[in-house]
Amino acid sequence: MRILIVDYGMGNLASVYRALEECGGKPFISENPDDMCEADGIILPGVGAFGDGMKQLRERGWVDAIKRQVGEKKLPILGICLGMHLLSEIGYEGGITAGLGLISGEVRRLSSMDTTIRIPHVGWNDVDKEGESRILENIPEGSDFYFVHSYNLIPKDQEVIVGKTSYGEAFVAVVEKEHIFGTQFHPEKSGLTGFQILRNFLRFCREG
Amino acid sequence: MLKVRIIPTLLWKTSGLVKGVGFDSWRRIGTVMPAIKVYNTRQVDELILLDIAATPDGMEPNYDLIAEFSSECFVPLTVGGGIKNIEHIKKILRAGADKVCLNSIAYENPNLITEASDKFGAQCIVVSIDARKGANGSYECFSECGTRPTGQEVGNWAEKMEKAGAGEILITSIERDGTMQGYDIDLIRQVTDKVRIPVIASGGAGTYEHIYEALAKGKASAVAAASIFQFTQQTPLEIKKYLGDKGIPVRNINAKL
Repeated sequence: MRILIVDYGMGNLASVYRALEECGGKPFISENPDDMCEADGIILPGVGAFGDGMKQLRERGWVDAIKRQVGEKKLPILGICLGMHLLSEIGYEGGITAGLGLISGEVRRLSSMDTTIRIPHVGWNDVDKEGESRILENIPEGSDFYFVHSYNLIPKDQEVIVGKTSYGEAFVAVVEKEHIFGTQFHPEKSGLTGFQILRNFLRFCREG
Repeated sequence: MLKVRIIPTLLWKTSGLVKGVGFDSWRRIGTVMPAIKVYNTRQVDELILLDIAATPDGMEPNYDLIAEFSSECFVPLTVGGGIKNIEHIKKILRAGADKVCLNSIAYENPNLITEASDKFGAQCIVVSIDARKGANGSYECFSECGTRPTGQEVGNWAEKMEKAGAGEILITSIERDGTMQGYDIDLIRQVTDKVRIPVIASGGAGTYEHIYEALAKGKASAVAAASIFQFTQQTPLEIKKYLGDKGIPVRNINAKL
């Protein structure tokens, strides 16, 4: 499966590339939105702030192209961490910014009544599955994944939530809506359990 | 529930893996790549890779080597040593590191922490602090691999770094480093009591009990250790079993996948 990794100057592309290779995919990193035509699926990685992320995507011509390819032509997409946030409608990190609008909802700072909670949320935490999911197939309940974030996605539609994690309070760890997937954690950095997520995505790109 | 992290630290000097005692008398203990592969197979929680020669030798980080190391690392990788500016950080992250570790430059140019945090996100900016206990009982921060006193008191400095935009603090006791006599719990508490960002305790781990103390008494979110893994038979996996039995949340590894 040819998987395009979106290069918009944010995040650790090399790790995603290597992990996809290990999982049997054929990844390629691209700065050119036109290359989506040659891909069976795309990964929107990302480390950084929402406002800056959207700015970079827009300047490089990705925003309309992703909306067209993913929104209209149903190209499978996996957003990772900031990449998952950018799928939403609006973000409050680094100003108020409109997102790609592929998942309805917004991105806000992790908040907790518990003042002993340290933010960012960094480290391995377990994911509880919610309902049926293709991206979490063959993942044992309560598996640990690597998280590193201060903000989280709050979807409007509860149906898209397929995984939740607790840190002070419960937040959304995995979303899934038809061919659109997002993980708050980093599958490319979550060892063998993370690889299973990437394999699931590759399988979806192949079989639908 | 968030798990504590057990993080092997790899110190490297001109491509060889080294370990010292008290930031001195460095011993060559092998090469970096096989160590990374072993830790990867064992599914450690995270790795810290520090080039200890870069800053003293006035060298830029070695991006090619970092790219090579990171290509075999499927757990989070923090890289430090020789970082002086935004461009260096960008190149290290592009080489495959997930986080960068800044130490000496933070004293020279604290603004870099803010700039880097705004640009790349606080979560990938780790500020490393090396400290030594002074005659009056307070802890002083040292830069340049523990050689240069900075006049900064450790708690205040950690707080300043948090305000500047650090996402994590790696606190190392210079005196305990490599001794395997246990973490300096007082030092760790000076930092964990002052900041709300995660703190990684480092320097002195020799037994499972030491690690337990750094977490339970020191209130650290993670522990970094080197000698215990390199010079003893103790492994990250057994440490986790020990901690788990004592009620500390540790990451479970899926043996089936």
